[in-house]
Amino acid sequence: MASLSTTQTNHLDILESHALFILREVAAECERPVLLFSGGKDSAVLLHLAAKAFAPQQLPFPIMHVDTGQNFDEVLAYRDWAAEHYGARLIIASVQRSIDQGRVADPGPMGSRNRLQSVTLLDAITDNKFDAAFGGARRDEDKARAKERILSFRDSFGQWDPKAQRPELWNLYQGRVNPGEHLRAFPLSDWTELDIWQYIEREEMKLPTIYFAHEREVVFRDGMWLAVGRFVEPQPSESVEAKTVRFRTVGDANCTGAVLSNAATLAEIVTEVSVANVSERGATRADDKFSETAMEDRKREGYF
Amino acid sequence: MSIETKDVLRLATIGSVDDGKSTLIGRLLVDTRQLFDDQLDAVAEASERRGVGDLDLSFVTDGLRAEREQGITIDVAYRYAATPTRKFIIADCPGHVQYTRNMATGASTADLALAVVDVATGLKEQTRRHLCIAALLGVRNLVVAVNKMDRVEWSEAAFLAVGDQIAAVSNELGFASCEVIPVSALLGDNVVDRSGASPWYRGRSVLEALEATHASDPSTTAQGARLPIQWVLRQNGGGRTYAGMVNGGTFHVGDKVTLLPAGIETTISALRLGGANRVDAYAGLSADIDLVAETDAGRGDMIASEPLPTVTKEFDATICWFGEKPMTPGQRFRLKHASRSTPARIVQLDGLVDIEHLSVGSNDQLTVNEIGLAKIACADSLVVDEYQVNRATGSFVLIDEVTNATVAAGMIGGPSFL
Repeated sequence: MASLSTTQTNHLDILESHALFILREVAAECERPVLLFSGGKDSAVLLHLAAKAFAPQQLPFPIMHVDTGQNFDEVLAYRDWAAEHYGARLIIASVQRSIDQGRVADPGPMGSRNRLQSVTLLDAITDNKFDAAFGGARRDEDKARAKERILSFRDSFGQWDPKAQRPELWNLYQGRVNPGEHLRAFPLSDWTELDIWQYIEREEMKLPTIYFAHEREVVFRDGMWLAVGRFVEPQPSESVEAKTVRFRTVGDANCTGAVLSNAATLAEIVTEVSVANVSERGATRADDKFSETAMEDRKREGYF
Repeated sequence: MSIETKDVLRLATIGSVDDGKSTLIGRLLVDTRQLFDDQLDAVAEASERRGVGDLDLSFVTDGLRAEREQGITIDVAYRYAATPTRKFIIADCPGHVQYTRNMATGASTADLALAVVDVATGLKEQTRRHLCIAALLGVRNLVVAVNKMDRVEWSEAAFLAVGDQIAAVSNELGFASCEVIPVSALLGDNVVDRSGASPWYRGRSVLEALEATHASDPSTTAQGARLPIQWVLRQNGGGRTYAGMVNGGTFHVGDKVTLLPAGIETTISALRLGGANRVDAYAGLSADIDLVAETDAGRGDMIASEPLPTVTKEFDATICWFGEKPMTPGQRFRLKHASRSTPARIVQLDGLVDIEHLSVGSNDQLTVNEIGLAKIACADSLVVDEYQVNRATGSFVLIDEVTNATVAAGMIGGPSFL
């Protein structure tokens, strides 16, 4: 692409600029930030932006994966590729270790480890003395997220108090915390799912292969297509089918549903997302279906 | 390429509790098909569970447990909508006085205020207060939805009476534009499409008005460009690049600029955005700037073009106080302005702004949610503009040195309407 100027406003430039601003502001004001990296599309964009914010220097903070032990193999492969590609120091915080140490109860091989991640995450923040954690959460994902500040304060127990958030005026992001407290920082707050995909397309970014349409053995369970594999064994009543699917979000393999899709390129995904009738979480995430305020309840406990 | 070019309009909804703000936003999102089917189902389910009818649209934005239980908005909900040419960032703000800090959070970045007024009750003090805070925070454009028109059988006289009240307040507060629209948020009349229920109304729908508004504040575009330096990027080979967000005006390669507070005059030799070269960078872009002169500038310094900002340690400001304990002269805080933080002291309190009468009274302290005029002294020099000229270099926050809470929002200079 030619390096032309354009005085015309472009929403992707504005969103990118705002995210770069937040990344730099937190890196400048906090002592020990960390970037939470799941290997999903949002954290992929976040890492891409972080690399841009500080280039040609190295990232001034490590990246951390809270590993539930139930990830898709393709996502773990992408995680390791991305850490190397962007020159990031990767920390892995293991939910399995939290279970082995008795910090949390083992939900069993088919149980959800989604909620357990909060304990592993908070322990890792404490152990590493992190005072700020960047996350890829977006406000359009969920109604509790829609209420959260860009710099979101966590007390010494890691709790979010939605009724007493710090005022956050203008672009004056205020990152001061006392020892033991920390911040969550969300540079992608104002991005929608479509903005994310348009940006990935514009930047020609690489992503885990499961985001693109492929044929896979799936079973239909709880209203979702689950990928048959190590973490999902078909029940006797379920029939295994081969379908062309892709994943709209990436969570644990045992609770993230695939969507039926032929979108195999970034351009096709942008088109598909722009006419979608169902939200990405509604389509694919069992972990959000517990109750009306499932996300708020988890966030109060220290969730992402 | 499938990427369309959109601009971005930030808007804040304001108005009194129960006038229907959240319902209007819910209606806008539903009727522009911004909500997914499962989100609408969840709203319907929650409405039924709480016995408030088939579809309580306010549940679209009131997402917290306490908000749904109490039926009020506590904190700002951010929602997003897009048309082929524009991305809307909507801050749905709370109405109650005790949540003024949250309303100010939503309005501080808004290009436009979307006010909702119940036609049956007219302009309430709460709405007037919010309009005043929006004006104070530099919001220049106003769109007013006169709501619940179905309850007064679409009476033109009732609409005009409320419209006159609004026009008077808008004039007093100095909004640059004010468009008043009769709507029923509940039924969707004049929200997205113009309605047959109001044949006497020839104006635009709410969405049309939002699409027609100029996205950036025209009053600031002729001003000098500023880049508060956030971070210094060291180039391989020894060069230094200054990174930060542009505000005020536009920088171009070749522009003569001054590095402040040092006062070094130099020239921009290169501009980049996210690594890609450009010949200019407008307000809202994070630019990486190379200067011809070799300097030791760092975070907290500012690159500026003419007319230049002021370098000062003391200034008059308008303060919105959020602290639980009152603010009194002599108190010390940490002050954050642009990319610089400094210890600061309240030298004196010059008055309390009376929002009802738009006048200044005398007082010896500011209590929570009060607005006052004060003289502030800083330990370090700041590079400032008047807030009325530049929102980014004219604003600051005060931080409690013990708890680190943000206790006040400050604007350099006095309110425009006094």
